[in-house]
Amino acid sequence: MHTQMEWKETSVRKSQALSAVASLARNLGLTLYALFALFPLVWMVICSLKTDAEMYNTVFRFTPTLSNYNAVLLGTDYFNAFFQNLIVAGGAVVLTIVAGVPAAYALARYDFKKKEDLAFQILSFKFAPEILVILPIFTIFQKIGLYDTYFGLIWVYQLITMPLVIWVVRGYFEEISVEIEQAAQLDGYKWFDVFFKILVPLIKPGLVASALLAFIFAWNSFTFPLVLSGFKIQTMTITSLRYIASDTVHYGQVAVAALVAVSPEILACLFIQKHLVRGLSFGAVKG
Amino acid sequence: MGETGAAKSAEIDYNEIPSNVRRRPYYIIAPGLLILIGILIPFVVAIFLSLTNYSFRLPTWRFIWFRNWTDAFKDPSFYHAVWVTLRYAFYATLTQLVLGVAVALLLRKDTFYSRVLKVLFTFPLMVAPAIAVLIWQLMTSNSVGVLEKLLNFFGVVNFPWASSHGTAMFTAVLIDTWVNTPFILLLVLAGIQSLPKSPFEAAQVDGASAWFIFRTLTFPMLKPFIYIGLLFRLMAALQEFGIIFALSKGGPGDTLMNISLTGYITSYQFGRVGKALPYLLVLWALCYVVAGVLVKRQRKLAKLAQGY
Repeated sequence: MHTQMEWKETSVRKSQALSAVASLARNLGLTLYALFALFPLVWMVICSLKTDAEMYNTVFRFTPTLSNYNAVLLGTDYFNAFFQNLIVAGGAVVLTIVAGVPAAYALARYDFKKKEDLAFQILSFKFAPEILVILPIFTIFQKIGLYDTYFGLIWVYQLITMPLVIWVVRGYFEEISVEIEQAAQLDGYKWFDVFFKILVPLIKPGLVASALLAFIFAWNSFTFPLVLSGFKIQTMTITSLRYIASDTVHYGQVAVAALVAVSPEILACLFIQKHLVRGLSFGAVKG
Repeated sequence: MGETGAAKSAEIDYNEIPSNVRRRPYYIIAPGLLILIGILIPFVVAIFLSLTNYSFRLPTWRFIWFRNWTDAFKDPSFYHAVWVTLRYAFYATLTQLVLGVAVALLLRKDTFYSRVLKVLFTFPLMVAPAIAVLIWQLMTSNSVGVLEKLLNFFGVVNFPWASSHGTAMFTAVLIDTWVNTPFILLLVLAGIQSLPKSPFEAAQVDGASAWFIFRTLTFPMLKPFIYIGLLFRLMAALQEFGIIFALSKGGPGDTLMNISLTGYITSYQFGRVGKALPYLLVLWALCYVVAGVLVKRQRKLAKLAQGY
């Protein structure tokens, strides 16, 4: 009896020591990854506040200045690119919602021939190499005058935004039971009342999340604007190439350029945390 | 909308439903589909153009049938591009999978620290490839980069990063990993949260070791989630364009010239669209096959994990 108690005590002490080591190792691992994942962003903030001279001779100690922000936002057309990017990515998301949400509804509610094939066809657009799609589109757009126009870009961006929204929103529609719709119908609601007053409020969280995620993807698109926009329309990603290619010595301004491009996305990302996994996996994983 | 809502029931005789009702779902999908199909046309055009000598530099074009294809298969640069594509996809996907799963397992314990980190870790995922390259160039710059200063401390001076044959692939994979590891991380975390409790309790009661539990319970049950991550990441890595283009335009030399880059440079730098298209169509076929295999496997695993 006595020995058993003793044995138990040492084993408890041993497991306590083990779990202390394990939690130390866990926190160490997490901190290491946090350094890798977050330090580059922190470094951008630091660089953006340094003067050009401080870039070379200091690391962390410096007197913060806003001159870099001044130079980039007021001195160049970067802000212009910011707004043009907003129009293109925003326009793409609006078009996707108008055309894609009804499609998502049909794919969720109706049984019809070739439904699954159709749904997979829509998904497969996501897996098509962008360069392959863009080459013929480039030649076609130049012929029909859509090259370097807002509408041309918004249309092509549908390849990014539409499959995402259709697949995610479809999942949210499927979670609403048919009885709710039927009950509303019995109460004399017209179909558009059922849709806008009952269904849309129910899928709103999913719709907002997938729309914001689609916006982020469209905002980030690189290949499409690289090929399909010229002098008139300049998105952030393409304009930022200027900072990469040039042998600039104004490193602080480079940091500002990066931060301005990233900040709207980080805000959006904070807003949709709860639905992020579901959106990113096209509805395959319900987080 | 309402009367066909009932059409969700299991057995429907399509002939009994009035044709206007039967066609309704197609009408509703039509706008979305039309917008996408407008973009599908390019696929057909791509196959067609690959059989011509179409070029941005020439005023006319003519059929040359399969010459572009046979030329591509004879060209060493084609095999080089395929090799770079496969290597990049392998390194990037594997690194992200291992790191993502590992960090997700570390985050499993629900503490304040881990909850805050989980939100912060999603930030790099939002960064555009070109902007990520910008950020890392500022980190690795030989004159002002903080990593250069760190490496100097260890006696390494002027680490070449993207400018040397030996380290260019590493640099591109590093940036890709920085951006995309959180994707795997989030998927696996969602998987962990969905794990049933009872098998783990049973294993603990039976005195199973942590490694045994991970190998026989945790990992198999997380496999469907990892497979979804594998599918999305592998597809993107096979087609990677943005990061490599912004980083070095495929250089130095042809070190990072994967199929996407070769296709782009052949058509836009040299204007030879017909020559570039076989490369890109091969890439598309590769992606199509890999995606098909992975989707099938994933479904099987998901069923297995649910115990069917």
